Amino acid sequence: MSGLAGLPATEIRRRVAAREVSCEEVTRAHLDRIAAVEPGIDAFLLVAPERAIGAARRIDQGLASGGSPPPLAGVPVAVKDVLHVAGLPTTCGSRILEGYRPPFAATAVARLESAGAIVVGKTNMDEFAMGSSTEMSAFKPTRNPWDRDRVPGGSSGGSAAAVAARLSPIALGTDTGGSIRQPAAFCGVVGLKPTWGRVSRYGLVAFASSLDQAGPLARTVEDAALACSVLFGPDPLDATSAGEPAPDFAGALAGGARGLRVGVPWPFLAEGVEAETMARFRESLGALESAGATVVEVPLPHLPHAIATYYIVATAEASSNLARYDGVRYGRRAPGNHDLKGLYGKTRDLGFGAEVKRRIILGTFALSSGYYDAYYLRAQKVRTLIRRDFDAAFASCDVIATPTTPTPAFRLGEKTGDPLQMYLADIFTVPANLAGLPGLSLPCGLAHGLPVGLQLLARAFDEATLLRAGAAYQQVTRHHELAPPA
Amino acid sequence: MPRVTEETVEHVARLARLSLTDEERRLFARQLEAILAWAESLQALDTSRVPPMSHPREVEALREDEPREGLDRQAALEASPEAADGLFRVPRVIAG
Repeated sequence: MSGLAGLPATEIRRRVAAREVSCEEVTRAHLDRIAAVEPGIDAFLLVAPERAIGAARRIDQGLASGGSPPPLAGVPVAVKDVLHVAGLPTTCGSRILEGYRPPFAATAVARLESAGAIVVGKTNMDEFAMGSSTEMSAFKPTRNPWDRDRVPGGSSGGSAAAVAARLSPIALGTDTGGSIRQPAAFCGVVGLKPTWGRVSRYGLVAFASSLDQAGPLARTVEDAALACSVLFGPDPLDATSAGEPAPDFAGALAGGARGLRVGVPWPFLAEGVEAETMARFRESLGALESAGATVVEVPLPHLPHAIATYYIVATAEASSNLARYDGVRYGRRAPGNHDLKGLYGKTRDLGFGAEVKRRIILGTFALSSGYYDAYYLRAQKVRTLIRRDFDAAFASCDVIATPTTPTPAFRLGEKTGDPLQMYLADIFTVPANLAGLPGLSLPCGLAHGLPVGLQLLARAFDEATLLRAGAAYQQVTRHHELAPPA
Repeated sequence: MPRVTEETVEHVARLARLSLTDEERRLFARQLEAILAWAESLQALDTSRVPPMSHPREVEALREDEPREGLDRQAALEASPEAADGLFRVPRVIAG
């Protein structure tokens, strides 16, 4: 039965549909694996075995009474603790929400559960998704299954580690500046950040609303596509969700790479990419070419400004979004007698960690009188320039390729003392969020024994081309089959 | 060119309703100075004819203004650290 943990979602679904295995057996196999492996990895903030087995039994009962299997029947999923799951607490990795039980569920989670997926637990994350290593979690760091002295990436580090360690075939993450793709790269799994608006943000705790997007982590492109087919689509509860219905990805997955034009912004990659990471990137381009793709150079002249733009826009939005944590309506309240301002200040001082405070200060500064034009407004204008760069580049290519990160996973503690160094590691992932484009990270081999990722970006709402390219890549490579040492 | 002094951080923290320790104030002043010095590259770009971008696409967020069920009052209050008589409790804000 332990062999069930490690199967892709597509195979679990096939076996459940063929009545070869029950959802309960699949769920128990994954819970057993979590019990055995989780203590050294700390991917989860909460494991919910009883809820999971109850959900699995209900699906089994539906199947026993002759129902047709839903698309994710019996597929275990791990959910980043920034998304509300009915009946479970949400902490966002923060003390300020410790003990909070949301009175509603996230649409993304509700869709997965309606499609038969089994939520096994809530995964660890940087506090309020602010971080690139999961070390900013108020509760504990998560360890990279490939090397437990290294970070899993972040902020969806728990979700990436869970998928890499075979604790679930699919996990939900969120990506504001790379928080799905970067941990996917560091942990050797597939991560897809959809187009902004593709997946409802209802029940996703807001960090930066014009950048946040939920999406799947998985071990194969097919599994990511399966999750997308359930997650995508409009939601009346999120006015910014896009009207486009989820496309059928079957054609895309079988499309192959023949005729695909892959744009590479070579000048942007000229500096700062670690040598072995760059070697894996060049090899991955070769693999795509061998599958029939053409590689062309594209100019993206404003990308060197993406990090500065991102950290001004994201922190400005965060400073506004996080104003709601005031100790009145939800979460914790500082003890003692205070006047109202004292209550706010003390609650927020006790509840927020250093990185969250740093970003609130930076964002409030960028929005404050006298600095607004020079920082926030200017960043919004540069955001337009970055978006125009992409519009121009996609005139001559179908996807844009870069390494997902400039290096493989760094050591725990290596960057926590220097926030700027931590921010600079997001250089290749933040542009997609600024422009609202979909991005996919694919395992593309090992650098110094650690996984690194190939990132592909596509036009808005063209996830089908990303998945087509990704499936074609995984047909000619075996990197996604590599598992971390047991 | 120093932009962020400890006084700036204190001013901004007050705006953001954060009470910082002396140590946090010193640390943030130094770190934010470094981050903003790095972000200085944006000032060199000519953005005089460029419109600002607030969202990746136009959002048509208007709908008919029809009443519908909201969150149940009791469910909302249950998430609160302190509630009484069907209301959130806060410190007194009006003298008397």
